[in-house]
Amino acid sequence: MPKTPIRFTLNGAETGVFANSGANLLDVLRREAGDLTPKQGCAQGGCGACSVMIDGELHLACLTLAETAEGRRIDTVASLETGARLHPLQKAFAEGFAAQCGFCSPGMIMAAKALLDTTPNPTREQVAEAISGNLCRCTGYEPIINAILTAAAELRGRGAA
Amino acid sequence: MSITVETYPTLREAASAMRDGTRFLGGGTMVVRGLNFGAQTYDRVVRSTDAALRDIRSDGTGLHIGAGVTMAQIMQTASTDFLAPVARAVGGPAVRNMATVGGNLFARAPYGDFGTALLALDATVQMADGQSLAIETFYAHRAGSRGLVAAVTVPRPASGAFRFAKITRTRPKGASLLCIAAHLPGGTRISGARLAFGAMGPTPLRAKEAEAALDGAALDPAGIQRALDTCLNGLDPQDDALASAWYRRAVAPVHLRRLLLGEET
Repeated sequence: MPKTPIRFTLNGAETGVFANSGANLLDVLRREAGDLTPKQGCAQGGCGACSVMIDGELHLACLTLAETAEGRRIDTVASLETGARLHPLQKAFAEGFAAQCGFCSPGMIMAAKALLDTTPNPTREQVAEAISGNLCRCTGYEPIINAILTAAAELRGRGAA
Repeated sequence: MSITVETYPTLREAASAMRDGTRFLGGGTMVVRGLNFGAQTYDRVVRSTDAALRDIRSDGTGLHIGAGVTMAQIMQTASTDFLAPVARAVGGPAVRNMATVGGNLFARAPYGDFGTALLALDATVQMADGQSLAIETFYAHRAGSRGLVAAVTVPRPASGAFRFAKITRTRPKGASLLCIAAHLPGGTRISGARLAFGAMGPTPLRAKEAEAALDGAALDPAGIQRALDTCLNGLDPQDDALASAWYRRAVAPVHLRRLLLGEET
């Protein structure tokens, strides 16, 4: 099978891979670049488990043709923590029981980050809308919405400090 | 299957590269989904980095929207404010950052909400070869079309004259049981109404008898009754995992009534 060289910035690091032509970005991130944080759920855009940021905008890695990532900045949930220090979203998810099996969490947290990047003080409805493309089969969503609102408050507090 | 991906700087070059077994890549929500499951009928993907595909501009007759404009772009642009509720009804935030106006024209039921709105607004589809097609003509010939869509042009409706409702089983995100787009010019007495239904046929379809029945009518229970009685004529809903054709026929007039009377849908 022909391979295509693709270069992009993954979580701040220059990355080069050889991808199967026609592969999606999720496969390339997991198999070639070794970032196992984005998950494959449905592979058809219905579950959001593969949500990543491309140039700061939320995208579904499973529906992104890998070739189109050339030269772009890709951020997965692995970009959020610094060493042992968790991002407020990760901390709020862990402490608020917003993750049970955890499969949806990487995509859910990136969808939440996309919201908070533009809307630091969201309403509950805005949070529900922001995660409407992400399925969770464990929590019933309420702990996730609460965790995102908690993280938003912490991030706002940091901004004021 | 080995896949070939080709990227062209202009849409014209991409158009000339199209042939059998080839799909044009817009936002990827249909083409890459096909590749993921490996049962697709194409092994060649053509894309274009032409910046003109992302253009939104106003001209004398209305708006020019490039085929590569995303749903998110429609929501963020002041001149396309009347289409924002339609764009917002498509997918979740990530899908809306990817899904394009041009791609939506090729979506199969139950998808294609945005195209349904364009049908009610009498949009014109601009093909890459320079041809202009009325959107209804475009849809009628879509199955056999090999051309690339460059843009759509949309006449701007008078304030409040355009209405849209999407009926889903889950909120805020879900695929259409059906959607209805209505262009209702004329104010107190409707003149030249357009009613388009999505997920009520293989492509979005107009309910032309109901449109005619609204001519000169007031938007009150008596004025819209004949439109409700005739709105299913010409529609061709299908069974799918979301709803049966029977159910779609049963509820479509109810939702049309709510939309026309300004009630919650």
